[in-house]
Amino acid sequence: MTTTLTTRELTFGEAINDALDLALANDPTVFLLGEDIADPPGGVVRLTQGLSTKYGTHRVRATPISEQAIAGAAIGAALGGLRPVAEIMLMDFMTLVMDQLVNHAAKHRYMSGGTSHLPLTVRTRIGHRRGAQHSSSYEAWFMHAPGIKVCAPANAADAKGLLLSCIADDDPCLYLEPTPMVRSRHRSEVPTGDYRVPIGQAAIPRTGSDVSIITYGQQTPAALDAAAILAEEGISAEVVDLRSLVPLDRHTVLTSVAKTRRAVVTHAAARFAGPGAEISAMIHEELFGQLERPVRRVATASTPVPFAPSLAQIHTPDASTIAESVREVLR
Amino acid sequence: MGSELLDMYRTMLTVRLAEERFMRGLSRGEFPGFYFPVQGMEAAAVGVIAALRPDDYYVTTYRGIADVLAKGASLEAVFGELLGRVTGMSRGKGGTMHMADPERGMMLTTGIVGSGTPIANGLGLAAQLRGEDRVTGVSFGDGATSIGALHEALNLASLWNLPVIFVCHNNLWGECTPLGAYTRTARLAERATPFGIPGVTVDGTDVLEVYDAAARAADRARSGDGPTFLEVVSPRILGHNFGDTGDYMDEAAVREARANDPVPRFGEWLVTQGRLDRDGLDAMRQQIADEVERALTVAMNSASLPADELYTDVFAPGVDVPR
Repeated sequence: MTTTLTTRELTFGEAINDALDLALANDPTVFLLGEDIADPPGGVVRLTQGLSTKYGTHRVRATPISEQAIAGAAIGAALGGLRPVAEIMLMDFMTLVMDQLVNHAAKHRYMSGGTSHLPLTVRTRIGHRRGAQHSSSYEAWFMHAPGIKVCAPANAADAKGLLLSCIADDDPCLYLEPTPMVRSRHRSEVPTGDYRVPIGQAAIPRTGSDVSIITYGQQTPAALDAAAILAEEGISAEVVDLRSLVPLDRHTVLTSVAKTRRAVVTHAAARFAGPGAEISAMIHEELFGQLERPVRRVATASTPVPFAPSLAQIHTPDASTIAESVREVLR
Repeated sequence: MGSELLDMYRTMLTVRLAEERFMRGLSRGEFPGFYFPVQGMEAAAVGVIAALRPDDYYVTTYRGIADVLAKGASLEAVFGELLGRVTGMSRGKGGTMHMADPERGMMLTTGIVGSGTPIANGLGLAAQLRGEDRVTGVSFGDGATSIGALHEALNLASLWNLPVIFVCHNNLWGECTPLGAYTRTARLAERATPFGIPGVTVDGTDVLEVYDAAARAADRARSGDGPTFLEVVSPRILGHNFGDTGDYMDEAAVREARANDPVPRFGEWLVTQGRLDRDGLDAMRQQIADEVERALTVAMNSASLPADELYTDVFAPGVDVPR
């Protein structure tokens, strides 16, 4: 059966708003809570603009600056049968909710022997160029906390489709919003209506045969730019956008690397003990004999995120750094 | 409240005898395990939960066996969980510190001091958003009054007028540190006042005083008037956990707490009130002791968890666990 999707052009931020709007419209158990999310202003970067006006402040709830209270209320409401969508403004502030999310949300289904579960979503934005306490990428922490799913969209359609899947999911989901994408005015086609992207399914936005560049979220555009640079040199790079880190789409990654026999993993989280370490280990464990070269990891420096623009620029690898690593694995 | 009084006593005595029997088993090496005793706070726990409805929500702590039994869990389910067997209320996957019995409204037990309070707000919010008159109670120890989560929770509960009763079980000890050594707050219920929440302090060894205060808090929450902070003072009799001899505790204070033991005290009161004669009291004790023994035997004879359950209940069925 072929289904033709109706689409419209949205920015990444508009796609998030569209998903929240639909979830609120379609499911009376969905509600939002977080700092500043009600109108005005409708979120510090206006992602929830209009929603409290449309659905009421009882369903789009502005909270005090009180991250533990936000996460705890989401957990309790999920236990009580609702589907909360909590916003923790920035990933650096996730440090304040680790007890609630890691000790309680992630473990509750297991600790209760499956007698209860927590259908909750936590959205958080990864800051950009705001110094060490407002720009960090800590998704590896949550990959290491069994029981929580981690989604990282890299385009407007996936932003909508993954967020709707997270909200409908019966497990706690962490949903990451990279600031450069949230702030981008670039519009792309986004399916209208209840569009879902399955959690745990990677995408291949560019096919190739010489090397696999494995990435997700913020670093995906840089990976695609690198592939374009390399194409001009006659190198055919395949880009795998993971979209979800937990569950991880092992099949897509391993199929791609089995084909290309070379892999570069790139992300905006720190390189040391970052998500790339797990992905690289998985590739080596499964495809050792088939690899032409060891997997390379291209990630941010394992330092606090620097403020100084000259350092910030070299802290995060760009397309040319990724391209250079690809050339190295092709040598 | 005629039969209710006897029910409360029966529950208090069940908690006491179950705890004594379980700790005796640990001492004798009948089974491995660990445990946080509630001796001395049976009236405090039972008095609160007796004032709630069966469909009210509750959240408790690792020192929560009295709350769990008062909320209606069976002894078999409790012992099964304490021993980590398939007959446990969570198939033994939660254990001592994580009793959950959602069918009876015992929604979550936390092993992290103070962390249940923000979660109780969410349960209260769920009821409020659905327009139900269900109340949520949440227990925490006096030690939790030093944690930020509680203060965040109190502020939000007040702001949103949530139907939550914050039950502070003040046993005068934060683990091995006496109350006076960790705070200058004379009466812990005062912590609620700046948030606009009434703070009530009652004698936690008097089950009827506890019941009355909890009933008022429940009425208040149910009628939409918001949260109450209920401080229930019942001095700790034993150490922090099984194996802690409490040798750092003041002997005279412990003697006084024992002399004021709420369980025999309430039993005697029932006799003097003519609710029960002494033979009836003895018969009830024997009956409960038999029930406890039977339930523990069932748990000890229950199957251990099969290896394939290591990977179940991490996510919803069908979702692969990373390997």
